[in-house]
Amino acid sequence: MSRLAACFEELRMVGNKALVPYVTAGDPEPGVTVSLMHAMVAAGADIIELGVPFSDPMAEGPVIQRAMERALKHGVSLDDVLEMVHTFRQTDADTPVVLMGYLNPVEVKGYAEFAREAQAAGVDAVLLVDMPPEEADDLLSALYAHDLDMIFLVAPTTDAARIKAITAAGRGFIYYVSLKGVTGAGHLDVSGVTEQVAKIRAQTSLPIGVGFGIKDAESAASIARVADAVVVGSALVRKIEENTGSGDRINSAVAGLLAEMRTAMDGC
Amino acid sequence: MPDDKGHFGIYGGMFVAETLMGPLAALREAYEKYLQDADFLAELDYELQQYVGRPSPLYFAERWSQRLGGARIYLKREDLNHTGAHKINNTVGQALLAKRMGKTRIIAETGAGQHGVASATVAARLGLECVVYMGAEDIQRQAMNVFRMKLLGATVVPVESGSRTLKDALNEAMRDWVTNIDDTFYIIGTVAGPHPYPAMVRDFQTIIGREARAQILEQEGRLPDALLACVGGGSNAMGLFYPFIEDNDVAFYGVEAAGNGLETGRHAAPLCAGQPGVLHGNRTYLMEDAHGQIIPTHSISAGLDYPGVGPEHAWLKDTGRANYVTIDDNEALQGFHDLTRIEGIIPALESSHALAYATKLAPTMTTEQIIIVNLSGRGDKDIHTVAEHEGITL
Repeated sequence: MSRLAACFEELRMVGNKALVPYVTAGDPEPGVTVSLMHAMVAAGADIIELGVPFSDPMAEGPVIQRAMERALKHGVSLDDVLEMVHTFRQTDADTPVVLMGYLNPVEVKGYAEFAREAQAAGVDAVLLVDMPPEEADDLLSALYAHDLDMIFLVAPTTDAARIKAITAAGRGFIYYVSLKGVTGAGHLDVSGVTEQVAKIRAQTSLPIGVGFGIKDAESAASIARVADAVVVGSALVRKIEENTGSGDRINSAVAGLLAEMRTAMDGC
Repeated sequence: MPDDKGHFGIYGGMFVAETLMGPLAALREAYEKYLQDADFLAELDYELQQYVGRPSPLYFAERWSQRLGGARIYLKREDLNHTGAHKINNTVGQALLAKRMGKTRIIAETGAGQHGVASATVAARLGLECVVYMGAEDIQRQAMNVFRMKLLGATVVPVESGSRTLKDALNEAMRDWVTNIDDTFYIIGTVAGPHPYPAMVRDFQTIIGREARAQILEQEGRLPDALLACVGGGSNAMGLFYPFIEDNDVAFYGVEAAGNGLETGRHAAPLCAGQPGVLHGNRTYLMEDAHGQIIPTHSISAGLDYPGVGPEHAWLKDTGRANYVTIDDNEALQGFHDLTRIEGIIPALESSHALAYATKLAPTMTTEQIIIVNLSGRGDKDIHTVAEHEGITL
């Protein structure tokens, strides 16, 4: 069983939902990332989404855009991100790691080479924001040949026919984007999310994660009631930005918010 | 071309976030419907004639041709369109489509400001709200166009992220669109972006080539030997080339900006010196580093200062149907001065790249042969840049 499947199975047994923090690899500098990953796991993270910096992050709001710019100032590349995952895996064999980013760095490396290196580094799944299933046949063959899951997004604008195609193509879990907008936007509509998640669930047995617009314990708990995984990104990245300059302060600020979310989610 | 998913060979496609896939399908459906709709086409024709001022002349540059001592050079005078460039052919088409689709708000990205001005112009004409995204760097370089857009009632939003230029303005416009899809129509200014934009913008710009083809047949009684156009994103070039695509004896030359020279790395020539990759919704040639990050570009002409290029150009390059060549900043400036002094026409710095290549190509041809150069825009907007480059304070 893959790490992701095992993770969701274990949570299901105890009646809990997955807490999935996103941070951009190499933000604010490459030295902090691996230790931050461990700190997030200790604070209650079940799965880690690690952002691969890209020069033109079209789906990101200002908070994650700035995180990527900070990482790129240090020249953080896809190779460096894979190296960080490899290092993380030396002392954490269980926590699934999802790489999240944009297609071009993977395209330039080559799908087969990327899949081989990602598997070797200990990556579990890949989410590429600008890669819809329509274009993904070759990438999927490469990833699935190396036991890597491809996580696709479903949006509020996705109709029933597309939900069917997306859930058929994806593996690992389905990521529902809770709102029309970019990451870090502020208008979470829980009843709309509930409705769309139900539509997705009717098409697939894959776990469903929800992200965009979740920023505190309360919103995390309300999403945990309807989804299998709660993804939180910009709220954590803002903590990193506020504490740039000290890895310890970053770790404790991020872990603090995650721990509050964990408690709220488990109590709901 | 393209196929039903927007592919030109391996190029093009729809590489966007899921939220945009539905709206892009709706746009494609509306576009395909209205392209067959007599009312829509009549309205478009009327606007192009009465508002834009079409057809634009195909002008025989006799003195310049004689000086160069080779082919007879004709200029397709897109500089004489309302707002001074070819960009309005496309913004009129897309804005009419926006209106038919019931959208009340249009957004656009702009580099030099020409597409922004053309969008703000049709928005004013049709009573639509207009927001233009422009890199903070470009806003400083193009203060006059910024003021023109504001006079026309548009909101100009400075983009401070990334390299603060055209590519970042495009990112920001996409972010606006994803947030405001319900009432907003995104007018992309070039033959790039996700399907259906490359085909749709090409189709709206083919008025250039359709007119030029009829005009040269009337004036010379035969087809030209070569077509020349500058290529940034590539909309004026696709518009000229496409109606001649089956005419295999007509050679195409797309002229990219070599900036300070290809060897310096400071240029904007993805077709001549880049590699394939994925950016802004399509697979095409890009200026990128070994890790797939998009790298900064340079050209004296802000309208060519873009790291990508329309996917159909990538396809025409690989198939060999079109030739892609480069002209550097200094050569472009020479072309600018030549046309101004010899023909009394001040060309845009973008178009000056195509003109400069004509000065190289024409002398290698006979006086019986014919070149058409797309004079895609007028140069009034560039006189500050030219003056500054030559150390003159206005």
